[in-house]
Amino acid sequence: MSGVSLEAGAVVVLLMPNGLDASLRRIGALVRRYMYLLRSSGIRLIELIYWPFLQMLTWGFLQKYLAGTTIPLAQAAGVLIGGVLLWDILFRSKIGFSTTFIEEMWSRNLGNLLTSPLHPFELVAALSVWSVIRLAVSMVPVTVAAYFFFGFNLLSLGLALAAFFAVLVLTSWSLGLVSAGVILRYGLGAEELAWSLAFILLPLSCVYYPVSVLPGWLKPIALTLPPTHVFEGMRSILLHGVVNVTELWWALGLNAVYLSIGYLAFRWFLRGARINGSLLQLGE
Amino acid sequence: MDERVTTPQDLAGTIPIAIKDLTKVYGNVIAVNRISFAIAPRTTVALLGGNGAGKTTTIAMLLGLVVPTSGVVRVFGADMGRNRYQVAQRINFQSPYVDLPMRLTVRQNLTVYAGLYGVANAEERIAYLGEDFQLTALLDRATGKLSAGQKTRVGLAKALLNAPELLLLDEPTASLDPDTADWTRQKLKEYARSRRATILFASHNMAEVERLADRVILLDSGRILEDDTPRALIETYGRKTLEEVFLDVVRGRARRLDERDKPEAREAS
Repeated sequence: MSGVSLEAGAVVVLLMPNGLDASLRRIGALVRRYMYLLRSSGIRLIELIYWPFLQMLTWGFLQKYLAGTTIPLAQAAGVLIGGVLLWDILFRSKIGFSTTFIEEMWSRNLGNLLTSPLHPFELVAALSVWSVIRLAVSMVPVTVAAYFFFGFNLLSLGLALAAFFAVLVLTSWSLGLVSAGVILRYGLGAEELAWSLAFILLPLSCVYYPVSVLPGWLKPIALTLPPTHVFEGMRSILLHGVVNVTELWWALGLNAVYLSIGYLAFRWFLRGARINGSLLQLGE
Repeated sequence: MDERVTTPQDLAGTIPIAIKDLTKVYGNVIAVNRISFAIAPRTTVALLGGNGAGKTTTIAMLLGLVVPTSGVVRVFGADMGRNRYQVAQRINFQSPYVDLPMRLTVRQNLTVYAGLYGVANAEERIAYLGEDFQLTALLDRATGKLSAGQKTRVGLAKALLNAPELLLLDEPTASLDPDTADWTRQKLKEYARSRRATILFASHNMAEVERLADRVILLDSGRILEDDTPRALIETYGRKTLEEVFLDVVRGRARRLDERDKPEAREAS
């Protein structure tokens, strides 16, 4: 810690800029910035809950309708609505990560951040922490509503739910890192990618149907995606009452690979942005 | 200009800024072309030049926002391409082309940046800067609802949060009315004196440069045309103001007085 005397009464006490404490402080400062932003707008808060709530209602009613038919799979409680809720964990977490990053570009604040002592990994950590907080704000009320409207208790997935949650959030960060990097490098013109990237996973992750439905050549590709193992695992619990631990280990292992690739891609795009000067034209 | 060329001692030492053969090329455009200069502690230096002269790119390379194509950029001895974080806490920056988040209040913005720069006594510091920059009544107002002049004051308060030893400013009074611009210059002078800080600012406002700068680096098309004190430049070119010098130099119609006596100059005239 060092003190620097200025004019009368003005003393700046600076904390050490290196080490774990300093990193945590900077991550905390950024998370606080995102918190201030959310608090500043009630509309944003409502928007966080609005779409997942509509999704849950739509699929919940469909589930209810199908349950009255003779289709055997539909009669298994909660498979569709469970898929919706888990998919929304992935999707909302990804959107939380990406929009929070884009927010810095919309507000032309990134130049201030990238010239401060903030390290890129601290920026990524803050975005990750905030995506989980946003997710909780978004999903907890919807999960509670799913119980009251359709009697579906997401907690019935038991401890596996925590593992599913972790896998999906980690996957969302990998996607968020790639889309943030692309936007950093190519500007807000690439913003559409932030919204649409997660949808690439929707058909391949087998959210609403088992992997066995896919053609043979597509199955290995689907199995390289961590969320596929989550949705297979969810069906295994809901339909057969069996927790498939191997699926979870596969998902976590694959996530470690994708998260590393995502972070390296982010750093690579950031480096590209510094080389081609696009950080000087942010927002254009 | 030659006597101001960056020496190996400058690059190895811990002077605020040492640049050697700095070049930045975007595609086939040379934005900055082999410039070299060093800035001693406690001096205020202006990068002067028209649009596209390379001022902003030079400052961006000093901040680590842009990677040089070639050359060396050292700030307090740290290579800004590799070790920016060694010195990031000792620097700060303001530009009218970078904003603080509009929805956050002034106090919230300053609190966030105090955290990023590691200011332990953030509340006291914000209160002090709020008073010093006449922001106390605005601290709890959304930054986006402030006037341009008020936003500039907030930007400066942010830039001084960590009492930087080196302050980099890109057109610090752009789009300000004369009164606010004058007030801003006065504040910068006070800060440089009281903190014994080094300031490098980019500008194309001649009055500002004459008022603030101990030294002027005149850029055109990415090259350094002149590097001297404002007074010396005016005398060298036999002009009355720095603006006249600037216009003559960038339009290629001026010669230094010491060159006018050369035989080839007499023949040309």
